[in-house]
Amino acid sequence: MNYLVRDVRPYGEGEPVDVRLVDGAIAEIGTGLSDGDSRVYAGGGAVLLPGLVDLHTHLREPGREDAETVETGTLAAALGGFTAVHAMANTDPVADTAGVVEQVWRLGQEAGHCDVAPVGAVTVGLRGEQMAELGTMADSAARVRVFSDDGTCVSDASLMRRALEYVKAFDGVIAQHAQEPRLTVGAQMNEGVVSSRLGLTGWPAVAEEAVIARDCLLAAHVGSRLHVCHVSTAGSVELIRWAKSKGWDVTAEVTPHHLVLTDDLAASYDPVFKVNPPLRTAADVAALRAGLADGTIDCVATDNAPHALEDKEAEWGAALPGMTGLETALGIVAETMVLPGRLTWRQVAERLSSTPARIGRLEGHGRPLAVGEPANLCLVDEAAPWTVDAATMATRSRNTPFAGRSLPVGVRATFLRGTPTVLDGAPA
Amino acid sequence: MSRHLLSAADLTREDALLVLDTAEEMALVEERTVKKLPTLRGRTVVNLFFEDSTRTRTSFELAAKRLSADVINFSAKGSSVSKGETLKDTALTLEAMGADAIVIRHAWSGAPVNLARWVHGSVVNAGDGTHEHPTQALLDAFTMRRRLGRVEGLKVTIVGDVLHSRVARSNVLLLSTLGADVTLVAPPTLLPVGVESWPAQVSYDLDAVLAKSDVVMMLRVQRERMGAAYFPSQREYARRYGLDVRRASALHDDAVVMHPGPMVRGMEIAPEVADGVRSTIVEQVRNGVSVRMAVLYLLLGGASPAIGGDA
Amino acid sequence: MTAAPDDPVQTPPKTVLSGADVARVVDRMAHELLEKTAGASDVVLLGIPTRGATLARRLADRVRAFEGLVVPTGCLDTTLYRDDLRLKRPRPLEQTQIPPEGVDGALVVLVDDVLFSGRTVRAALDALADLGRPRAVQLAVLVDRGHRELPIRADYVGKNIPTSLRESVHVLLIEHDGRDGVELEVRR
Ligand SMILES: [Zn+2]
Repeated sequence: MNYLVRDVRPYGEGEPVDVRLVDGAIAEIGTGLSDGDSRVYAGGGAVLLPGLVDLHTHLREPGREDAETVETGTLAAALGGFTAVHAMANTDPVADTAGVVEQVWRLGQEAGHCDVAPVGAVTVGLRGEQMAELGTMADSAARVRVFSDDGTCVSDASLMRRALEYVKAFDGVIAQHAQEPRLTVGAQMNEGVVSSRLGLTGWPAVAEEAVIARDCLLAAHVGSRLHVCHVSTAGSVELIRWAKSKGWDVTAEVTPHHLVLTDDLAASYDPVFKVNPPLRTAADVAALRAGLADGTIDCVATDNAPHALEDKEAEWGAALPGMTGLETALGIVAETMVLPGRLTWRQVAERLSSTPARIGRLEGHGRPLAVGEPANLCLVDEAAPWTVDAATMATRSRNTPFAGRSLPVGVRATFLRGTPTVLDGAPA
Repeated sequence: MSRHLLSAADLTREDALLVLDTAEEMALVEERTVKKLPTLRGRTVVNLFFEDSTRTRTSFELAAKRLSADVINFSAKGSSVSKGETLKDTALTLEAMGADAIVIRHAWSGAPVNLARWVHGSVVNAGDGTHEHPTQALLDAFTMRRRLGRVEGLKVTIVGDVLHSRVARSNVLLLSTLGADVTLVAPPTLLPVGVESWPAQVSYDLDAVLAKSDVVMMLRVQRERMGAAYFPSQREYARRYGLDVRRASALHDDAVVMHPGPMVRGMEIAPEVADGVRSTIVEQVRNGVSVRMAVLYLLLGGASPAIGGDA
Repeated sequence: MTAAPDDPVQTPPKTVLSGADVARVVDRMAHELLEKTAGASDVVLLGIPTRGATLARRLADRVRAFEGLVVPTGCLDTTLYRDDLRLKRPRPLEQTQIPPEGVDGALVVLVDDVLFSGRTVRAALDALADLGRPRAVQLAVLVDRGHRELPIRADYVGKNIPTSLRESVHVLLIEHDGRDGVELEVRR
C-alpha cells in the first residue's frame, strides 16, 4: 500500500507539503500532489520528522515478560514516534551471545511496530569479568554495533580499555553506564541535601563523573569510540564538553526524565521516582538542557525501563530503579527544549533520530526527509496537548513518572518503511 | 486531615508542646494503684516490626495497653512477610483485622510513608532505616524538660554517627522546632552531605563544645562502620569522640548525658558516665512509655487526630 | 465564653449570681460541708478542672477560715474517662493532683462549677476508682442547671437554676475571668 501524506511540514519549517510514500521510500515531495493509487492520510499541518531512534531501551524480553515484551515495548515505541530502538542487554538470559541477540532482533521483526537493534553485553553475564563474544554478535543477523553492560558499569579500567579497542574491528561502540560501584554501595538517590534529609543512601555525582573522565581518557588513548549513557550531572556535561574540545570521539545521551525531574521528588518516597542514575538537582537539569542545546550532549535516549507493579509498589529501598519513557519522550523534549526555544524541530530530528542512528550505525534510520530516502517518518501534532495516564499506555508497565502531567505535543502518526504503525495517535 | 506521626517535621511547636504536656499527665498513671486508663478501649493498635527492637516494641505495647487498646504484635519473623509478602499486602491484611493504628519499625527509610498511603488508620513511625524516629525525639525532649525545666534555649550537643542516625534526624527537627540550640559533633565521615542546611551547628571537636552544653546526647556507633572506613579504629573513635570520665567532668553541674540505647559501653560512652548521676538513660526508657501514651491518645483518642501530618 | 458585642441577634447575658452572691454561696457551701461531714476531718476535696478545681480551693480556704482546719485539696481531670471522646478531636489534658494523703478511706468531695448531664461526674467517679478506694464520695456544685442524663445528684448545691437546653450557664471566677458571677445566655 502506497501512502500520500498530505499537509505536513518537514522539520516544522515552511508551508505544508504532501509526501508520497512508495515501496517503503519517499517517492515525491510537493504541493498539490494527485491521489493517484495512494491511500491518502491527512497530516493536518503536523510537523514531519524522520522516525525517532532510541539508543537506550529496556524491552525486558527474554526474562521479564510480565513487565514488558518486545511486542508491547515496540508498540509503545511506535506510539512515541520511534521507528527503531536499541534493546539493552540486561535480559535473562543476558544478551551476551549471538543466539540471544538474534532472538531479540527476530522478535522485533515479527512484531513489526519498529526495528529492534539489540545491544550486546560487553562482558559475559554483565559480570564485568570476561569480555563477551562481541565480534560474533557483530557478525550475527542482528548486526550488533552497540555494546553495553547497562545496569552496571564496566568498572575495571583494563577491561574497559580492551573493549574499547576490540570493537574498532567492526566499528562498534561501547555505551558505558558510568557508575563507580565502590562510591555507590547501597545508593538510593542523588547524594545531596534531600538524600540526607530522607535518610536514603546517596549516589554522588562524582561516581558518574569519575568514570566518564576515565573513559574519555581511555577512548582517546586507544583511539576508539565511546558513548556515555544517560548523562545526569552538570559535571558530566563539563567533562564531555572538554573531551569533545580535544577532538575525541565521545558521544553522550540524556534521558527525558533527567531533563525535567529533580531529586526532591523522592521526598514522597514513591518509587516511581527511583531511577538509575538518580534524579539530580535543578542545577544539573539546567546544565543538561544547555548541553543538549549546544550539542555537547548528542542525543536524547529514553532508558525506558518498565517494571512489574510489585517491583515498584514497594518500599523505596526495595523497589527497582527505572521509568518508562517511550511514549512520553517527545512530549518532554518539546516541553523542555522546543517550546522554550532551545531546539528547533530540525535539531530535534538530529538529536532523536539522525545522531542516534549514526552512533548506533543503524542503516535506514535517521535519514534526511528527501526523495529516495527510506519512509521512516513521524508526524507530530504541535498543538495537541494530552494528559499522561499510566493505565492506558501501550507499555505493559505502569511506572511512568509523568502520570497526570500534560504534555504539549502528541505523535499523530508513525510510518515504518512506508507502512503506518500509528495513525491518529493509535496503533494502525 | 492529619492522622499520622511519620516525621518530627509533622509536629508544629504547638503539637509538640501538646504531646509533652499530655505526657506529663500520662506519667502520673505510673504512680497509681491501677496503671490503666479506659481511653482507647475498643481500639486496636498493631506493632508491625520488621526489625528487632524489643525495647521500642515493648514501650509502644505498654503504652497502648495502659490506654486499654487491644495490641497485636506482628513481627516480620515467622510471618508471611518473610515469605515474600509485600508491605502493601501486610498493610491491607492488618487493616482487614481492624487496626486503628499501625506502629511500624522498618529497615528501609520511608516505609512508614508508603504504609500511610495504603491504610486508612493512623501510622506511627517507630524508626525507619536511617530516616527518623519521632517518638524517640519526643521522649528525649520530654526528658530534657523534666530534668532541666525547659527545652527552649537549651544547648544540646548530639555526638556520633549522625549520618546513619534516625534519632539524630528526628531530634534536630524537633529540638529546633522547640527552640533548642543544637550542635552536631562527629568525624566528618559520619556527617551527612548538606548537613550545613540543617537547623544545627556542626563541629568536629567535642572538647570545644562540651563546657557550654546543657545536654550531651551520645549516639550509638556501630562497629561495622569501621569496615567501611568511616573511622580507623574503636580506640581512635573513643579517644576523639567518646564521652569518658575526663570529658564528662568538663560539663557544668546541671548538664545531663543522654543516650537513646542500646549503647556500646567503652566506645561512645564510658560505663561510669552512663551510670552516673548526670545520666538520664533509665529515665528515657520510663519516659518513653508516657510519651507514646500521649501520642497514641492524641492520634486515636478522638474523632480525628489532634497532632501529626499526612502522608 | 465571650459573645460578639455587635451581633444584633445576641441577647445580652443575664446575671443570675453577682460577685457578692458567689462569695456568699461558697461560704454557705463550706458551712454545709462542715455540718454534713461532722467537721470534715477525713474529707478530701477534688475539683474537676478548670473551674471546679478553683472552687475546691476556695471551699478549702473558707473551711480553714471558719474552723482553722486544713482540708487536703487536689484536682482530678476526667478527660481520659469521658464517654464522648470519639465525638471530638482529642482534647488537651488538664492537671490531676491528688493530695499526698491519697484517697483511700477518705470522704472525697468532688467539686465542679455546673452540674448538667452528669456525664462528667460519671467520668470522675471512674477516674477516682482507679486512684484508690474512698470511704464515700460526695458531690458539690456551684450551679445545678438540671437536664440530668444519668442517675446522679449533688450533695451540696450553691444554686439551682432551671434552664432550657438553648441556654448556657457561665460560671465566672476571678482566677480565670477577672470577676466572679454566674450568667445565663441564650445560644443562637
Ligand atoms: Zn544505565
